[in-house]
Amino acid sequence: MTENKKTLFIDDKEVEFTNEPNVLEVIRKAGLNVPTFCYRPDLTQYGSCRMCVVEIEGRGIQSSCTMPPEAGLKIHLNTEKTRRIRKTVLELLLANHDRECTTCDKSGHCELQKYCEEYGIRDIKFPTLQKEDFLPLDTSNPSIIRDPNKCILCGACVRACTEFQGHSILGFANRGSKTLVQPMAGRDFSKTDCIYCGQCQAVCPTGALTIVSDVDNVWKDITNKDKKVVAQIAPSIRVALGEMFGLEPGENTIGLITAALRKIGFDLVFDTNFAADLTIMEEANEFIERLKSGENLPIFTSCCPAWVKYIEQSRPKFLKNLSTCKSPLSMLSPVLKELLPKYFEGYTKENLSVVSIMPCTAKKIEINRCQLGTCGVQYTDFVLTTQELGRMIKEAGIDFKNLPPETADSPFGQYSGAGTIFGASGGVAEAAARTAYEVVTGKELKDVDIVQFRGTSDRSKTIELDLNGTKVTVRVVSTILEAEKALREIESGTANFQMLEVMACPGGCINGGGQPYSYNDTTIKAKRAAGLYKEDKGLPVRKSHENPDIKKLYAEFLKEPGSHKAHELLHTTYEDLFKGSYRDLK
Amino acid sequence: MTTQSASKIDFSKVDEIIQSYGAKKSNLIAILQKVQETFRYLPEDAMIYIGTKIDGLSPATVYGVATFYAQFSLEPKGKYEIKVCDGTACHVRGSMPVLNAIKARLNIKSGQLTTDDGLFSLETVSCLGACGLAPVVVINEKVYPQMTSDAVKLILDTIFQEEA
Ligand code: SF4
Ligand code: SF4
Ligand code: SF4
Ligand code: FES
Ligand code: FES
Repeated sequence: MTENKKTLFIDDKEVEFTNEPNVLEVIRKAGLNVPTFCYRPDLTQYGSCRMCVVEIEGRGIQSSCTMPPEAGLKIHLNTEKTRRIRKTVLELLLANHDRECTTCDKSGHCELQKYCEEYGIRDIKFPTLQKEDFLPLDTSNPSIIRDPNKCILCGACVRACTEFQGHSILGFANRGSKTLVQPMAGRDFSKTDCIYCGQCQAVCPTGALTIVSDVDNVWKDITNKDKKVVAQIAPSIRVALGEMFGLEPGENTIGLITAALRKIGFDLVFDTNFAADLTIMEEANEFIERLKSGENLPIFTSCCPAWVKYIEQSRPKFLKNLSTCKSPLSMLSPVLKELLPKYFEGYTKENLSVVSIMPCTAKKIEINRCQLGTCGVQYTDFVLTTQELGRMIKEAGIDFKNLPPETADSPFGQYSGAGTIFGASGGVAEAAARTAYEVVTGKELKDVDIVQFRGTSDRSKTIELDLNGTKVTVRVVSTILEAEKALREIESGTANFQMLEVMACPGGCINGGGQPYSYNDTTIKAKRAAGLYKEDKGLPVRKSHENPDIKKLYAEFLKEPGSHKAHELLHTTYEDLFKGSYRDLK
Repeated sequence: MTTQSASKIDFSKVDEIIQSYGAKKSNLIAILQKVQETFRYLPEDAMIYIGTKIDGLSPATVYGVATFYAQFSLEPKGKYEIKVCDGTACHVRGSMPVLNAIKARLNIKSGQLTTDDGLFSLETVSCLGACGLAPVVVINEKVYPQMTSDAVKLILDTIFQEEA
């Protein structure tokens, strides 16, 4: 395809454009910028906030995010008019805003705060919202907080929930000055079908949607002399956390994270990648068994808790398709609680606190699932998102970038490349394929890179594998919107796949709801994923079943995949939660 | 988890309405109007139900539409629906004292729509196009012109007697 190049003028400079959907993208591609609130490149344009206005000769004031580029346009970004409009927008928003910035969770990442600073807003000419008129906060769940007094009605969360999850838990309500963005009838999240993926929170420009912080709880355990506090780090953290300290997205900082955790005061540091290998051992085995028996196919991956909740509450007829494997996080925690007391002196099940560093807001819900333990033994004590860990590191005054890298503790310190790629959509399936191939065919898989599984922009992929004559088709999707389409194919009998990998977040956990904010940069997902594939490529072991620590764990403790002990610790059951959900009305 | 409200409604009626118009997003307003006609208001569970039965909608989006248009009521209306006009003409000619007299007689608080016994609901509306008769009160489609506090009390007393 030949790209049809045309030009327009931005502040008298000639700029080329091709197929950019709007003037805003042309401006940004040229390395220039105008402020935005409601625009998010991954979502449909809404064009309501008027922050992105530009002045176009002969056309007057236009919102750059909704205006398609045309050849010859003469665009001015900063005129007296555009500045005045933006200032008025900011003042009106502030007038209706709880302006307690210092105690706000988004402080430092809030776009409202940032632009008010840049535009020097010092006083507000409009009557302002008074404390008596504040609406109550939604603190109903362990994952996400909604503060309606900080909402600027940009609608980004509504679009994220609709366009990613097909869910629309959040919506606009009322009209005029009474307009709100809220779940149905102003309910708490806990009284809706929210799956806690956190994508609404990730696109929210203000403190209206934020993550419930467990930072103080973790500090409390760390400073408690009687507690042994250990950490596990999910695959996708290593390629994202650095962004909070000025490093490039995708840069692998696992050594720095390990060092930082020890400096903070964690007694031992483990890598969830090891458990990802464990998950593959069990899940590949389960998949092969189901292929043989022909039962409960297609098998669904089960490591994304947002997806699991969706099946449990909205599509319980598919419960039997879910793999019974726990997620890597929830496999490692019981192994740590059972085995660390055997390996280390002074460790007991009771004094051990397991903290999981995750890219995910839904994991904060997962760890309370009764089915994951013997209900009562809390295997995972806390989940910290990437953002929360970044904050702890800053709070501890650690010079992150300049730490000497350290390695994880053993046992369970080694991991394969297959474990690492779990963090990107397609990674679980690729990792499973590497192991399943060798188990089924008994032959060595020469080309470990099965690249058809990769890519963060395509939210639905179908991959065909040839396991020595046995043809297997795998569907890889991210977002529940795409997953639901796959479910409907199964229902209508048109599905041709035997395995379905689902991640609720677009692109997978590298783009999880708890990752560092990347409001307007669409390249970040791909860079983080590339960081994972790079680590995979550089590792000596790239298949889960060849990880020496995994072999040792099976030899000494678990015996073989699917064994009784393995089932006890590594597998789980699911619950039909349809009763009382939105769809349970007859 | 439970997402449902306590009141139980007959969902087969809602289903019939959805089917009669077609389960399409573009029919939402018509469906809501019919549901309101049937139940005298839009029950929360009916909105959730519609939101899950039609592709592209959700309980929150249905609620959004229901609260955007003034024609929809989320609370049951009374057997007698009282509308007090507060357009400019009626306001100038004393609609507020009339409204306050009704509130006092019905023992209804500000912000409350329907009396506890479900007999009356009360709301103010903008100009009804009968400014020559201001101030105007409408009870179940019947127009009462040139109202005063005393006159409206008499009308309500008559209704109370009929209902006793
Ligand atoms: S957490 Fe996910 S499902 Fe819940 S409201 Fe936000 S985007 Fe929707
Ligand atoms: S909650 Fe956040 S994302 Fe949603 S409308 Fe309000 S400000 Fe925008
Ligand atoms: S895709 Fe990953 S980050 Fe997103 S909800 Fe699922 S497990 Fe969490
Ligand atoms: S109107 Fe363009 S960013 Fe909001
Ligand atoms: S103002 Fe009341 S009828 Fe016109």
